[in-house]
Amino acid sequence: MFYREAGQFKTSYAADQAVFPLLQDRIGIGVILAVAFVLIPLTGNSFVLQAMMIPFLIFSLASIGLNILTGYTGLISLGTGAFMGVGAYACYKLTTYFPNVNIIVWVICSGFASAAVGVLFGLPSLRIKGFYLAVATLAAQFFLSWCFIRVPWLYNNNSSGAIEVPLRTFFGIPITGPNATPMTRYFVVLSIVVAMTWLASNLVHGRIGRMWMAVRDMDIAAELIGIRLLPTKLFAFAVSSFYCGVSGALLVFLWYGGAEPAVFDVNQSFFILFMVIIGGLGSLLGSFFGAALIFLLPIVLRFLPPKLGFQIHSAMIDHVQFLVVGTLIIVFLILEPAGLARLWSIAKQKLRVWPFPY
Amino acid sequence: MNAHNPAIVAKGDTLLSIENVSLAFGGVKALSDISFDIRKGEIRAIIGPNGAGKTSMLNVINGFYHPQQGRILFQGRTRAKMRPHEAAAGGIARTFQNVALFRGMSALDNIMAGRTLAMHSNFFWQLLRYGPAMQEEVVHRRRVEEIIDFLEIAAIRKTPVGRLPYGLQKRVELGRALAMEPQLLLLDEPMAGMNLEEKEDMSRFIIDVNHQFGTTIALIEHDMGVVMDLSDRVVVLDYGRKIADGTPTEIMANQKVIDAYLGVAH
Repeated sequence: MFYREAGQFKTSYAADQAVFPLLQDRIGIGVILAVAFVLIPLTGNSFVLQAMMIPFLIFSLASIGLNILTGYTGLISLGTGAFMGVGAYACYKLTTYFPNVNIIVWVICSGFASAAVGVLFGLPSLRIKGFYLAVATLAAQFFLSWCFIRVPWLYNNNSSGAIEVPLRTFFGIPITGPNATPMTRYFVVLSIVVAMTWLASNLVHGRIGRMWMAVRDMDIAAELIGIRLLPTKLFAFAVSSFYCGVSGALLVFLWYGGAEPAVFDVNQSFFILFMVIIGGLGSLLGSFFGAALIFLLPIVLRFLPPKLGFQIHSAMIDHVQFLVVGTLIIVFLILEPAGLARLWSIAKQKLRVWPFPY
Repeated sequence: MNAHNPAIVAKGDTLLSIENVSLAFGGVKALSDISFDIRKGEIRAIIGPNGAGKTSMLNVINGFYHPQQGRILFQGRTRAKMRPHEAAAGGIARTFQNVALFRGMSALDNIMAGRTLAMHSNFFWQLLRYGPAMQEEVVHRRRVEEIIDFLEIAAIRKTPVGRLPYGLQKRVELGRALAMEPQLLLLDEPMAGMNLEEKEDMSRFIIDVNHQFGTTIALIEHDMGVVMDLSDRVVVLDYGRKIADGTPTEIMANQKVIDAYLGVAH
């Protein structure tokens, strides 16, 4: 009744090729942006911003990165954590050598370092597919993890082996380091994530996105319509690693404020992969859904019962949290193996014909 | 018509010629010493019993297999060993025996993907989806809509192809090949598994493509009625060898062809 295209006539192909051809979708995006930029900063306390929204956005960005590779191009990667690490360490080294350059510039530039590494480890993808490629990227993961521990240059020979984020300002306002307020950091992260999501959505809706999906769905036919497989796959690796790299830099510089190599181990890779699979392969929106389910839901489960007046022992909450999240993952995967994004599009389809389904 | 091909071959001249091509997989000889040509503007059928090497022949033409012997001339030039994407850039399009559509994409996106080679806007405009990238998108969408109109699939353009019935999937696949504006269109059993009505539709599309766009077509088909009605010339393969080549009437009267299909008394 409220969500349908009746009466919305397209008079040009440009309007029909738009990313959001439906008015209701555009309104929805507007509302979400308003909530993110106005409502959450106004109402949220520093806990909501610092412990929930900032990491949620960062993990969503990493999921988008992996989704470009796995969901859109069909190449499984278990090296996401390492590519995020490359971004973080690149950003750290860059800001060490050039402390006067704006840190946001370095956060973005660190994505290029990650992209280069991603392309290098993506080279085997022409010859190997599926699980075998996953194993090849796992090698990247282990090799890079080893570098993060064994190459002292990467962490400026710090005796603890960790990187500590220095204070950096933006027009006099501290945005990284201990003095930066959660509010400023939230706005920085949100702006970067929104901008990069917009760019990713432009990419996947255009020629490049169709090339990726063609390679994913039927590589023989893709080659036959003139798509060269290796450059297309490597390009997907580059863009994907770029996104992962930026999210890794954000993770360290705007959330943790410091990091040990363990942050970028294989668990991080699996963590992001779960978000992508549960959110929905081949859906940018799904990346956000996945990050919300895997990252936000446990936090909500932990802090909701005390807020509602239930006094539960904290150890008990831990167990309940595992149980509930684990069960939900299984339920969602049985209900819709294609992920939450598919559930969402089914819901929209139902809404279109409601109340007279045919 | 095709920016990649400066060499224009006049109608009736040889577009593609296969000369003494042999292809073997280990000890299995898939094709032995085959020669035939395809003329610009004709519908050329390749027929033969199962396992005769018809699909292998198409795979050789569009670069999936590289023959051990013989040479292939396309538009008068000897073709070096080439990859399928190079064959595509040279103006050879193809549909498959088993539908090979991009299942996760809509019919429209599948056909738009067929325009990939013709689209050139760079990465930065693609990122912004603005300016040249968007203009290009609209220009090619218009071209794709003409194909959609032609194939009468306007109603299903936004449907994911995985949900379409088989006959329509075949039609979308033909659309994707047409979107490449090919010089030579290879159709591998375009009517396999279709009912009579669908076969009639598909035959009409093939004839219309040939007449309206002047596209040269090479097709493999098992339905002899269709082959004899559609094609200008027929080449017959059996056990990897060419046993006959000629007009449909000649082929129907050819004793070797009849023997190959029906068997010979011993």
